[in-house]
Amino acid sequence: MHKLQCWIDKMGIRFVLMVNKQGQTRLAQYYEYLTLEERRTLEGEIVRKCLARNEHKCSFVEHRNYKIVYRRYASLFFLVGVDDGENELAILEFIHLLVETMDRHFGNVCELDIMFHLEKVHFMLEEMVVNGCIVETSKANILTPVQLLDKAS
Amino acid sequence: MNPFSSPTRLRDMIRAIRACKTAAEERAVVRKECAAIRASINENDQDYMHRNLAKLMFIHMLGYPTHFGQMECLKLIASPGFPEKRMGYLGLMLLLDERQEVLMLVTNSLKQDLNHTNQYIVGLALCALGNICSAEMARDLAPEVERLLYFRDPNIRKKAALCSARIIKKVPDLAENFVNPATALLREKHHGVLITGVQLCTDLCKVSSEALEHVRKKCTEGVVKTLKDLANSPYSPEYDVSGFTDPFLHIRLLRLLRVLGEGDADASDSMNDILAQVATKIETNKTIGNSILYECVQTIMSVEDNGGLRVLAINILGRFLLHRDNNIRYVGLNMLMKAVTADAQAVQRHRATILERIKDSDASIRKRALELVCILVNETNVKALTKELVDYLKVSDPDFREDLTSKICSIVSKFSPEKIWYIDQMLKVLSEAGNFVKDEIWHALIVVISNASELHGYTVRALYKALQMSAEQETLVRIAVWCIGEYGDILISNAGMLDTENPVTVTELDVVDVIEIALKGHASDHTTKAIALVALLKLSARFPSCSEKIRDIIIQYKGNLVLELQQRSIEFNLIIAKHPNIRHTLVERMPALDEVTFIARRAGSLPDAVLTPTGPSVGLINGVARPVGPIVDLLEINSDDAPVPSSSGGDFLQDLLSVDLSLASKQSDAREPSKNGTDVLLDLLSVGSPSAPIELPAQSNSSMVNILFPKASKKATHSPLDDLSSLSLSSKATSNAGAAPTMDLLDGFAPSPPTEENNELVYPSITAFESSSLRLVFNFSKQAGNPQTTNIQATFTNLASNVYTDFVFQAAVPKFLQLHLDPASGNTLPASGNGSITQNMKVTNSQHGKKSLVMRIKIAYKINGKDTHEEGHINNFPRDL
Repeated sequence: MHKLQCWIDKMGIRFVLMVNKQGQTRLAQYYEYLTLEERRTLEGEIVRKCLARNEHKCSFVEHRNYKIVYRRYASLFFLVGVDDGENELAILEFIHLLVETMDRHFGNVCELDIMFHLEKVHFMLEEMVVNGCIVETSKANILTPVQLLDKAS
Repeated sequence: MNPFSSPTRLRDMIRAIRACKTAAEERAVVRKECAAIRASINENDQDYMHRNLAKLMFIHMLGYPTHFGQMECLKLIASPGFPEKRMGYLGLMLLLDERQEVLMLVTNSLKQDLNHTNQYIVGLALCALGNICSAEMARDLAPEVERLLYFRDPNIRKKAALCSARIIKKVPDLAENFVNPATALLREKHHGVLITGVQLCTDLCKVSSEALEHVRKKCTEGVVKTLKDLANSPYSPEYDVSGFTDPFLHIRLLRLLRVLGEGDADASDSMNDILAQVATKIETNKTIGNSILYECVQTIMSVEDNGGLRVLAINILGRFLLHRDNNIRYVGLNMLMKAVTADAQAVQRHRATILERIKDSDASIRKRALELVCILVNETNVKALTKELVDYLKVSDPDFREDLTSKICSIVSKFSPEKIWYIDQMLKVLSEAGNFVKDEIWHALIVVISNASELHGYTVRALYKALQMSAEQETLVRIAVWCIGEYGDILISNAGMLDTENPVTVTELDVVDVIEIALKGHASDHTTKAIALVALLKLSARFPSCSEKIRDIIIQYKGNLVLELQQRSIEFNLIIAKHPNIRHTLVERMPALDEVTFIARRAGSLPDAVLTPTGPSVGLINGVARPVGPIVDLLEINSDDAPVPSSSGGDFLQDLLSVDLSLASKQSDAREPSKNGTDVLLDLLSVGSPSAPIELPAQSNSSMVNILFPKASKKATHSPLDDLSSLSLSSKATSNAGAAPTMDLLDGFAPSPPTEENNELVYPSITAFESSSLRLVFNFSKQAGNPQTTNIQATFTNLASNVYTDFVFQAAVPKFLQLHLDPASGNTLPASGNGSITQNMKVTNSQHGKKSLVMRIKIAYKINGKDTHEEGHINNFPRDL
């Protein structure tokens, strides 16, 4: 029983990465502090590990003390690092929700949309996740503040 | 000026970076941009501030330093407009972290924004605080956040809830302020507020047991009801995910229930119904449904025991294992692994399914399944499971074989019900995947074989047969060759035949041929060849008629480039040719290896420290492959060993040697006179070849000198102890490596005295302790090359006129010293200085050169049966010890 207690204690999203097929980072949001050097190394390791896998393998990779849940949409990989106790299947759905939200905003989102509107993607992510926890899952609620900004401009 | 009308310059920069073909080009572009941004910052250019920040974010994402932009964030946050603030807060979260002092400066802006009239600005500040809040900020801003938990707009309340969660994590003392507002959030209808409220309550329960009690008492029912409503809620387009209404909220609620139910039977009881409902009603053809089910199973396994639910939960996991989606199979295995600790029996029922998963097409799943199977193995099912695993080994993926092999080996050795089964399984593994078997595994197998005297015949015959089938598996070849060398005569005579065996007809020539093939096989490495050479030597004595043929084979290696093989070849050739009279004793069968010591050494953290004289050949197995402890360890062994009178000195030497050879450059000592030095030679050879000599041929050469002539020369001149303290491999290597011709070694046992005493450093003696009745004198010596360690010979002299009996000397040293006391030469001290007791000790000074030796001593003895004690403190050691 004691062991069960331990997994409850660590939970949450530690980082969200978007990486293209060439392994270039297109978005990085960390919910814990890592130095620049640590980030670069970590991203390099994870990307190498995940991109090397084929479609027949499952979407979870263990790396250091993270579990990486990843999903591929066209040329873009979405990688979410979570603690061991997190529900991997729910994170997979979360990635999908993120993509759907971006789709609704940009209309058929692609890598370039994310690159050129990096700040907007960050705003959406901010509405969805705070401090590694999911805040909002309704696409309309997530997009309202972003669209308000667009209108204001 | 609007910062979000996609400033062209940002686009240009991104295009420029994308156009870069090499990392160097990219660095150049980034450097140029950074320079421009710095210049713009220095000019305090308001119009471009937001654009600069947007660029910096991009540059930061690429992994370049952007610290110079941090102050810009603060300026933007402090500016009145929403778009500027928006950008400033984003920059703050991305570019800064809670460790930096800049954060102190931002606290004030945050406080103002938390009290702002515009709710969007309040939302921004909350979001930023939730992501970067430090302990100091938490204390400063907790009242504002607490107040915002009651804000009219739910979008603010939800952010305030997660902000509170961070605050209580940073400063758990603040938890009690948040308990009431947090529980109020659980009654909300807005999903965003609910999900964050549930999260906050969960976190509160984790940091404070009072909060846990409170929430458990007041809210369990409410949470159960919320979950029930959610589970039964009709379609709601806003929160729908593939037909489920807000699965994320489902999961959060289940997680809170887990915290509440754990360790509390009443709370667990009240949630049984809803857990059962979720577990049975969820549709499982969508990933999201399974994610809820998965969470539900975790909750059932964690809350207080309800037998029926647990079985249901484990069965759900069993179903997961059969799911076509490999992600679901993966989480199923993952969860089963955790569930094993809670209910091993229930998991055992799914053993067959789990076993199937070892053959999964997905490598991660295979690995998980294998781990789980290993956990499930016990005495009753080991045979069946091992059979499955070994069968699968034959068809498994090459990448997976190493894992599988090592797991099978560990299962087999841990749970084996009988030796013959163990040997059988190991043979199967070796035949299928011998190349993946690690050294310690086959070493262990040899230990077991050597101890199973009734199975020697069976084993050697089985190995002989296996060798014909799978000669490409190196480890199998090694073991087979070793066993044939040892038990070759049994192989021919078919002795010790078991009922289940088919007799084999093997001639002596066949056996020699097999070894020759192994020796000459192009795949064989030096270790295998060395083992084969020793086996041939042994066979030359077992099969006298073949000895000429064997000699012919051996002599082919006299010019081998590997010095070790070359040397053995020459030595063995001489043994066969010139010493037929000693050959039989020389190659006697190895004594049974000591299993207990072997296991202890394998498990022990100090692998070399537990050598015992009764375990003569342990070194064989371990010495070869083990990483070697520090010099001190070796010395420890020596001093431990020294007192015990050795009945067969050879054992000792062999121990030492086997350690030494792998040590290669440390220290060796040949001490005890060997009654049958030949035995030593043999063991040595069968042992020493594999690793060291290749790297350090000179040393191994000189160690041979020692072993072969353990005493002839030295015995006369030194006491064993002198040898102990003075021999040093490296020093000898310089003095005789070249000089001692190998031929000499075996020819006639002529003394070739090493001149190692030159290397001994001598220090003046001191009178360490003197009383009216007793004097204690210390003599010191050190070994060259090891200044930390001092050998001390203590001499006790009785100054009184009574005989002292039961004389015991004890000594203690501070932590930076290590002390080893050898037994005293006696425990009776004759009266009036008519004799003395000597006792040797070894002190290792870890602070050599900085601190000198000190020692407390206590001496106890009896005068006419009456106990007497003397104590003293010795601090007059020579300074440089």
